[in-house]
Amino acid sequence: MITTIISIITAVLIFAGALLTLVASIGVLRLPDVYTRSHAASKSATLGIMFILLGACLYFFQKEGIFNSRLILAIAFIFLTSPVAGQLIIRSAYNRNIPMTDMTIRDDLKTAKMKSTDLE
Amino acid sequence: MKINNLVLQTVTKIIVFLIFLYSVDLFFAGHYTPGGGFVGGLMTSGAIVLLLLAYDLKTVRKIFPVNFIYVTALGLFISFSTGMIGIFADKPFLTHFFHKHVHLPIIGETSLHTAALFDLGVFLVVVGVTMTIIQTIGEDD
Repeated sequence: MITTIISIITAVLIFAGALLTLVASIGVLRLPDVYTRSHAASKSATLGIMFILLGACLYFFQKEGIFNSRLILAIAFIFLTSPVAGQLIIRSAYNRNIPMTDMTIRDDLKTAKMKSTDLE
Repeated sequence: MKINNLVLQTVTKIIVFLIFLYSVDLFFAGHYTPGGGFVGGLMTSGAIVLLLLAYDLKTVRKIFPVNFIYVTALGLFISFSTGMIGIFADKPFLTHFFHKHVHLPIIGETSLHTAALFDLGVFLVVVGVTMTIIQTIGEDD
């Protein structure tokens, strides 16, 4: 009974992870500029990979009786690093003046930057 | 404009310890599971490269006040002298020895093998060579 429950949870986790990664790649294809694309890629792919790793950890725990702590470590690692990578890419894109999409109606960072240069 | 690297530097402070821990784990896992001196050394130098990315060369020199060329030399010396153990015991060069029951103070009974010392030499050579290459390219401006 408990074996069936764990294997169902594993299957759902791995399917959800694969689906979220697919959604991330569709978002990278369809969204208009680099900022929205990074929004899709860094969030959705991170959660997708974390789900897949958790599913793999559960699978080996149920099938072989091995608890692989490296997978848990990898989940923590990806959860910490992937959003930071997204933030760094986006910040360097903004500092390089990569244009936003035409639908942008408000850019608070630009006005803040202009004010700080005025003060100097 | 003032550079503000707060997010990268804070995450680096946590992540570097994770990478170091994992590289030590890879180094000691080498005999029975995938891993060993080469991957462990590359992982350690990867952690130092992450520190180099988040901070500058001067800070990293202050954290690791070693000349990495000497690390390479020390690694080569350790690997060579593990080979010499075989010669001194009237066996061919690079014969390795195995001692099954060693009592260490905290860990308890362990089994030691001289191939681990050879691996330590490989580890130090890989760290030394990688860091020498990267530091030499990095300060060339």
